[in-house]
Amino acid sequence: MASLTTFGNDLYTGKRSFNFVGNRRVWFTVAILLVLASILVPVVKGGFNLSFEFTGGSQFTVSPVASADQDLATDAVASVVPDAVSKVSTVGDDSVRIQTNQLTSDETNDVTAALAEAFDVEENAVATSFIGASWGQDVTRQAITGLVIFLALAFITMALYFRTWKMSAAAMLGLLDVLVISLGVYALSGFEVSPAAVIGFLTILGYSLYDTVVVFDKIRENTTEDGDNSPRTFGESVNLAVNQTLVRSINTSVVAALPVASILVIGNFVLGAETLRDISLSLFVGILIATYSTIFVAAPLYALFRQNEPEIRKRDERILEARKRSTESPVVAPAV
Amino acid sequence: MAQSKLTPTRMAGRSLTWLGVITLALLGILVGGIIWSSASWAPKLALDLEGGTQMILKPNLEGGEQATPEQLAQAVSIIRQRVDASGVSEAEVNTEGNNVVVSIPGEADEETRKRIEASAKLEFRAVLVAGQPSNTFVGEDGTETPYPSPDPALPNTPTAEPTSPSDLSQITPALEAQFQAFDCNEPVEPGVVQPADEPIIACEADGSVKYILGPVEVEGSKITDATNGMRTTQTGATTGEWAVNLVFNGQGTDQFAEVTSRLNGLESPQNQFAIVLDNQVISAPQTLAVISDGKPEISGNFTQESSKTLADQLKYGALPISFVVQSSDQISATLGSSQLEIGIIAGLIGLALVAVYTLFQYRLLGTVTLASLVVAAVLTYLVIAILSWRNGYRLSLAGVAGLIVAIGFTADSFIVYFERIRDELRDGRGLESAVEAGWKRAKRTIYASKGVNLLAAIVLYVLAVGNVKGFAFTLGVTTVIDVIVVLLFTHPTLQLLARTKFFSSGHPLSGLDPTALGAVYRGRAQFRQPVDVSKTKAAKSSREATKRQTIAERKQAELIAAGGSTSQEKDS
Repeated sequence: MASLTTFGNDLYTGKRSFNFVGNRRVWFTVAILLVLASILVPVVKGGFNLSFEFTGGSQFTVSPVASADQDLATDAVASVVPDAVSKVSTVGDDSVRIQTNQLTSDETNDVTAALAEAFDVEENAVATSFIGASWGQDVTRQAITGLVIFLALAFITMALYFRTWKMSAAAMLGLLDVLVISLGVYALSGFEVSPAAVIGFLTILGYSLYDTVVVFDKIRENTTEDGDNSPRTFGESVNLAVNQTLVRSINTSVVAALPVASILVIGNFVLGAETLRDISLSLFVGILIATYSTIFVAAPLYALFRQNEPEIRKRDERILEARKRSTESPVVAPAV
Repeated sequence: MAQSKLTPTRMAGRSLTWLGVITLALLGILVGGIIWSSASWAPKLALDLEGGTQMILKPNLEGGEQATPEQLAQAVSIIRQRVDASGVSEAEVNTEGNNVVVSIPGEADEETRKRIEASAKLEFRAVLVAGQPSNTFVGEDGTETPYPSPDPALPNTPTAEPTSPSDLSQITPALEAQFQAFDCNEPVEPGVVQPADEPIIACEADGSVKYILGPVEVEGSKITDATNGMRTTQTGATTGEWAVNLVFNGQGTDQFAEVTSRLNGLESPQNQFAIVLDNQVISAPQTLAVISDGKPEISGNFTQESSKTLADQLKYGALPISFVVQSSDQISATLGSSQLEIGIIAGLIGLALVAVYTLFQYRLLGTVTLASLVVAAVLTYLVIAILSWRNGYRLSLAGVAGLIVAIGFTADSFIVYFERIRDELRDGRGLESAVEAGWKRAKRTIYASKGVNLLAAIVLYVLAVGNVKGFAFTLGVTTVIDVIVVLLFTHPTLQLLARTKFFSSGHPLSGLDPTALGAVYRGRAQFRQPVDVSKTKAAKSSREATKRQTIAERKQAELIAAGGSTSQEKDS
């Protein structure tokens, strides 16, 4: 513990300090580049890999099978519906998943029988699902409506709590950063965007705001408590707050990411936990990015938004002036 | 910090007592539910964990209109009847947004599907014959014998052309035999389409009466409104008797007038007309007068509830809603249980990792985190088990994911709190006052951040559908429990621990060692040792001092503040 504790001590007293606010040009450039890359990746890769909940269709999962021979599946489907577009994939060691375009219920029954025969299993070992193309859209539309309302409410709540809308604005921009970059990582990884992944994204947004509120609350504490006689400029106060909560940020993101990582690892290697895997990937990526974004984007943005307020600017100028004078002409301090 | 010595301990005791009361109350509710009602120790599982078939149905109204919430509610009850009638037990029918979700354990066969998709039909038919619901008779030997199955050779054409829809000549020998052999315990299934222009056999919804009914005379779609209310006399005084009032549209009014004028003169039971919904007779009132204004009133032994039910059935059951299957998902029971297993294993591993990390970071203080997580887990379990019993909540895979994620969120409250205590220790406070001061600051942060979390959970829960709802629900529940645990367990525990020698002396393993935390103030009665005053530290103490300076002193201090060559001692 010594190392992180000492690190925490140094950050708290200001002995060691990372200049998150002062170097904001660098961080903003990095953020903008990341956002641009995140927008470019899906464009280059031709969009997201949408799961069949969004595209619509029928899905058959045969489990367990002795040999996961994909040709068997293709042939079985073709024997019933010759013109069905089927996408066969192996899930885990002992199961095969076949996705086709939308089939009628008779066809579905026949394909189930054909698959059971081809893989020499009971018919009830073939799980079927069927999703209308509008289902995924319905879910997404509702999720987006929820999101917009949540953001509006969160903006108002934070503005009331912190008594400045600028914190809300900085937090929302940080949130946008998290969302875009997470989506970019998703597009890059080629993981399917399923309804479960959408849930994951929604949670990230909640988590991201949550993380920002914790850090902003420290900023509020520092900037209000220092008052007019602070030896620090506004930006420095903000920076100190971020540094003081840095150990918390690290600990929290590690603690939040650990259980998620364990789902991700287990869900990735074991059959049938796609929902868990999809949620956990978006969460894992999101937790790390949310922590990054609060520190490197939201907090510096807040300092940027506030520093040109006349009162704050006046005070900052006074402090900097005093500092300059004291370095230029050292005064012999009277012994106390 | 001038704290009365007993106050924190007493407050801590009170908080812990409250926590005990809450836990015991929840446990009591659950145990009571298990003993006297249908609750169980294990929360109910959703389909994706239990295995089964889930169908999402979109109601299809004529003319592409949106179904109103009342229509949907009626649609749900119609579908529930249909699914129940097919012998499926424990099927769940719910609305979700504008859709109806049917969850059936096991597989849904083709017939069940068809039945669910069919549109409900409400129709008025004249009663020809009413009889006992049984299909047996007491024979000459004195034993109960079932009527034989109808002989297919029996003639099925009326001997003479029926003169009216009430003409008994419609009852052919074949129909008669069918009627006798018909068992109301096995009624015509809902959703099966019966001929509109021929007599049919149907039973009262509760299976108490068996009827032969004439052809359809008025269709349910001719009803424009149906309400229930107290009957009133001509003078307007209420009779205290519940009744259902119907309003027909123009065509319905004419048709109904024709029916009543014919039935009015007939003998019982032919003066009755049957209201048939989904092949079940929901009411078969007698005709007491010719009703030519299209506004009949049905009365009889109604309660407020039964009259409301009938009115709703008439009003919404008449709607020609059919359903389109939007998605149908079938999960085998083995797949479901393996998902649950994986979820639980992942959760436990995650919890173990969190335990290792917090113990490493916070030493013995980490045990407080773990104990708090255990308390949170117990409360969460109790709440979910109770909700599963009272509100039909079912734990889904997304819900499990929500719970696992909640470990991180919950642990964060403790981290925020501990870090604040450490900050206060660094500022040179004694442990007891650091706990109080740290709590004061941490409390605000925790409330604000948990508020945002709860807001997210509520908005998602209200607006989202399906899986998202289950996820948002567990997230919301765990957020509230998290705050309760921090408030009633973690903080009081720390208040008490702060008084133990191990922690207050700042044992290196306590995680709250002031030396390790770089604090320069030790113990209540000791003064600061002027140790190695670094540049920044000097700036810090001068900040402390500037707050207490006169204007003149301040002006002077401003000049020297950043110089850092002096150390202004001031007792904090």
